[in-house]
Amino acid sequence: MSSTVLLVGTRKGCFVLESDQDRRDWQVRGPYCEGWPVYHAVHDPDSGAIYAAAASEWHGAGVWRSTDRGESWELSSEGLAYDDGDGGLKLSKISGLTAAHGRVLAGAEAAGVFESRDGGATWSLLSTLDGQPGRERWNDPANQPPGHLGLPAILPDPDEPSRFWAIVQGVGIFETADDGASWTPRNRGLRADWPLENPEVGYCVHKLVMSPADRERFYQQNHCGMHRSDDGGHSWVEITDGLPSDFGFAAAAHPHDRDTFYVIPLDPGHGRCMHDGAAAVWRTRDAGATWQRLDRGLPQRDAWLGVLREGLAIDSLDTPGLYFGTSTGQVFASTDEGESWSEIASYLPSISSVEVAVMD
Amino acid sequence: MADLHLPPTLPPLYRDLPRRLDIEAATVEEAIAHLDERWPGLRDRLCEQGPVLRRHIHVYVDRERADLDTALDARSRVDVITAISGG
Repeated sequence: MSSTVLLVGTRKGCFVLESDQDRRDWQVRGPYCEGWPVYHAVHDPDSGAIYAAAASEWHGAGVWRSTDRGESWELSSEGLAYDDGDGGLKLSKISGLTAAHGRVLAGAEAAGVFESRDGGATWSLLSTLDGQPGRERWNDPANQPPGHLGLPAILPDPDEPSRFWAIVQGVGIFETADDGASWTPRNRGLRADWPLENPEVGYCVHKLVMSPADRERFYQQNHCGMHRSDDGGHSWVEITDGLPSDFGFAAAAHPHDRDTFYVIPLDPGHGRCMHDGAAAVWRTRDAGATWQRLDRGLPQRDAWLGVLREGLAIDSLDTPGLYFGTSTGQVFASTDEGESWSEIASYLPSISSVEVAVMD
Repeated sequence: MADLHLPPTLPPLYRDLPRRLDIEAATVEEAIAHLDERWPGLRDRLCEQGPVLRRHIHVYVDRERADLDTALDARSRVDVITAISGG
């Protein structure tokens, strides 16, 4: 019988939550990865392996991998480094992973894409996006926000192995169709509430998702609003109206309906928590024309919850389940497309990522 | 043989890596290279691009702060320490 498995990356290791297809009773295992801060843990549906991007303050960045559903783990950082020929870039963190088409791609800080073709044992640099507009200033200390800019997310094309999209923090989305040899900015129509030197770049994209039901349909949660694309990311329209704010990190696309999409709006100030201490996920069923607040079963008082970029996941079952993890260590789940929610873990460390997989 | 002491965060990462071991090396860098030969990847846990010691890894040779090119002799005690930080 199949299991539904959540991979939860936290500030103190990776946790695995497992249930059957009813998704009612959950067993929590972990912490794994020796308690290293895990920024993103993913499942490779082809090989069955689990990968976790981590960075220890003492021992540096690496990717943990498990081939037995998280029971045992190995760490590798072989090849996860820039060298002298890479313009003085320094790798401080691996923040986003994607497993597709027989390889694993890793997004790094400073911005670059690494790949592994041997199941995470060794890595090699694929691209640092040289030549893109403003690239020479991406790592100028004078331009750095708190933390520093990296490449936190990679979105694979489901059919073409050499095509994927990458987010560069504070710069925007770039698409490659030739495995990183060349790139095209895909930010037309986005809003930026600050001056831009070049209208092609300078956008703060938090999360990019493709509808599994229509590969031309993209959604993104941006620092400046929700946006939709109907042409594979070539152009964007804003769909923020009806949401409580234009800010948030997490987003998820319905697996079977191109017009249904979920976001978790947050207070855009320093707090970056759900509004008014009341937890809610928001859903559109008409591609962003209208939005519904979904809060049944979620705490509505004194709930100052934050959810990060990779903190919301949706499964691919006939009636999809949704899952989100908070910066205060709770995991909430819905088995009815977001209509109602229950808390399935309460006391985990601060959560960076939640991914869901259905495993045999 | 230098008397090398490792922090408790390292042995869980590598099969059969002890907290304490004897090692024949002329410098700290050479000692780390020997460790990396037997436990591949261990150098990356202690050093970063340069190579230099990672910011939050301190090495002491006979209780004096050391860096990668600090010399070792047969009776040196080498302590590898992780920064006292975190929470």
